[in-house]
Amino acid sequence: MSEPSSTEKKVIPIAVAAPEAAVPESPAGPMIRTLGLVSAICGLIIVGAYQGTYDAVAANKRIATERAVFKVLPKAKSIGEFVAAPGGGIARVGAGETAIPPGAVKFFAAWDEAGKLAGIAAEGGAKGYADTVRIMFGYQPDCQCVVGIGVVSMRETPGIGDKILTDKEFLANFNALDAKLKEDLSALANEVKAVKHGTKSGAWQVDAIAGATITSRAVGKAINDTAQALLPRLVPNLDKLGSKS
Amino acid sequence: MSAAAPQTWDEFMEGVWKQNPTFVMILGMCPTLAVTVSAINAISMGLSTALVLIASCGLVSMMRNVTPKEVRIAVYIVIIATFVTAVDYAIQAISLALYDALGAFIQLIVVNCIILGRAEAHAAKNPPWPAMVNAAGMGVGFTIGLLALGVVREILGAGTLFGISLFGVGFQPWVIMVLPPGGFFVLGAWLLFFSWLERRKLRRQSSATEVAHHV
Repeated sequence: MSEPSSTEKKVIPIAVAAPEAAVPESPAGPMIRTLGLVSAICGLIIVGAYQGTYDAVAANKRIATERAVFKVLPKAKSIGEFVAAPGGGIARVGAGETAIPPGAVKFFAAWDEAGKLAGIAAEGGAKGYADTVRIMFGYQPDCQCVVGIGVVSMRETPGIGDKILTDKEFLANFNALDAKLKEDLSALANEVKAVKHGTKSGAWQVDAIAGATITSRAVGKAINDTAQALLPRLVPNLDKLGSKS
Repeated sequence: MSAAAPQTWDEFMEGVWKQNPTFVMILGMCPTLAVTVSAINAISMGLSTALVLIASCGLVSMMRNVTPKEVRIAVYIVIIATFVTAVDYAIQAISLALYDALGAFIQLIVVNCIILGRAEAHAAKNPPWPAMVNAAGMGVGFTIGLLALGVVREILGAGTLFGISLFGVGFQPWVIMVLPPGGFFVLGAWLLFFSWLERRKLRRQSSATEVAHHV
């Protein structure tokens, strides 16, 4: 460049205190007034939105649950929500009640057209590849087996992990997956577990999808965890669910 | 006045085209990359953001004369969070499936830099009507940006558009397009396209001035 090289050091100002005109400070009063006003307006809007959408949201949630239950128990015509308490015993939960006691397991009883028990549906979750895989499974007291699964929520890799929804060979595991209890009804006779593709040897094992072993295992573990907690409490009380009443 | 209408229109188009949040300002990339796996998700996310943007810019602008500058950020965030909560409930009421698909990104609209940026840079200095028009433009621009990504990713990654199959059963989906890397690929391709448009425009302008000189 045309500028001669100079040896003297140049001081490059990094930050210069700008000669700003002093802005008068706002007194505390207006600040509190504005914040209070904003909070009041916003509170009203939120409460209004919550109240306005409450019925629609509750109806949506109920429809979503019913759809999931009807998917795993196709014969079902009506459902009721129950909890199995930690000490044993089951109790019906009224519609709209969302709080369940700690340690209790929530499940759904489904009845067919004649009012006969068509099966039990329960939710389970276990860590998959990307996030918790939450599934709904159907349980048939007659054969003491799991008779179908549906996914409630998952974030598994599309095209790989989400094959648990579509893979026919995998879904065939749940035509009659053994979930018998021990003689003393304390736990499952055989742990429900996913095994490597092609090595299934017992009726209680889940043949994993090749390439999606982790997701398959999550499904097995989700069923096992819920079944271990729920079935020992549920099976002695099954007769109470016999009719819709 | 005839001048009023074009000015409002300019205000609106500013966000849609000249200052498009996605392709020009490159703002709000987190939802842009995360929820655009399908066109319907993209449109819902875009419209939700637009609604929050319009409503909060309106309220911020109405409150601009009574908001001391020391507490303005707190005021903006409370206002934005309020409308996000309202939209959150509205989406749950409309469709739970959609709510699950959009996941945490609805709540994360609170910290979307487009909205806070608009509140601070525009709504806090302008009367409610222009502020809301400007916000609507930005919202529409953001929706267009998301839709541009969503359409491409859904067609390539799932072979569908708005859930309707386009190519029949023989189509092998290009799965990576609905995975996170696909978001970056498609965004990069769109940015390339818009920068090419911009360069072409500049080239034409410069050659036009040259011609003018010769004449």
